[in-house]
Amino acid sequence: METPRVNTKDPGIPSDPAMPSKEMLAQVLIQRHTRPVYESMQAACVGIAGLGGLGSNIAVMLTRLGIGRLILADFDLVDLSNLNRQHYMISHLGMEKTKALAQQLYQINPYIDLTLYTKRVTAQNAVSIFKDCPIVCEAFDNAGAKAELVNTILENCPDKTIVAASGLAGYGSANDIKTRKVMKHFYLSGDNESGIEDGLCLMAPRAALCAAHQANMVLRLILNISEP
Amino acid sequence: MKVNGEIFTLTQPTRLTDYLAQRGFNTGRVAVELNGDIVPKGAYETTILSDADTLEIVHFVGGG
Repeated sequence: METPRVNTKDPGIPSDPAMPSKEMLAQVLIQRHTRPVYESMQAACVGIAGLGGLGSNIAVMLTRLGIGRLILADFDLVDLSNLNRQHYMISHLGMEKTKALAQQLYQINPYIDLTLYTKRVTAQNAVSIFKDCPIVCEAFDNAGAKAELVNTILENCPDKTIVAASGLAGYGSANDIKTRKVMKHFYLSGDNESGIEDGLCLMAPRAALCAAHQANMVLRLILNISEP
Repeated sequence: MKVNGEIFTLTQPTRLTDYLAQRGFNTGRVAVELNGDIVPKGAYETTILSDADTLEIVHFVGGG
């Protein structure tokens, strides 16, 4: 007789025998990250504005870190031109980015709490969309939209911290991408100068590098470390 | 005046909008902190800079 993949008599295991229980996922995260880190991540809620090359990668990394809740906002659909750097597959083409990303995040952690907003984030709705998140990641493509979101959050939400990005286009040195604390509640990742306005293309390595900078800064903030 | 960590001399009180224009910044792509507080977009016209101020200007470039 074949050994079952999991012990289905354990009360913590859901009916699908291939589905790990919440407790099993917690155990492996605690073993690797330690219990205090696990508990802090589990209690955290982070907003991500824009689910392109930055936002989709930030969401995947925060999910792997065991974050309890994410609020994900993007109006757009997955397009063929996104596959060079964004965390989507052929099977997601034409889907709303929010749903395509949620599908993947549930494959990493089926117990994550996701709130999806499939609409354009504006100065009018940003405060309401992200009202539950002490930390918001700015992950837009457009420079004007980046500035608008950062200003809106900093002007209206003095208790929130924003982790934004600027300067990740092209294939300049990876070592030029840094995270700086530029204002009281505002961290900025990127090289601060390589923009799409200069005709530079967006490519997977620097987009993921910058996303990893943002995700790591979010992790540090959740662990009460304010140094970038 | 200290701007992004560097010392500049401001010879006369200057409106923030004028200062940003002189330095070549597009006001639609910046966030500005004056003496530790964010300057609301609606106050750029009325904010007057003096030589004693500390200013942080973040200018965004596109890509994400």
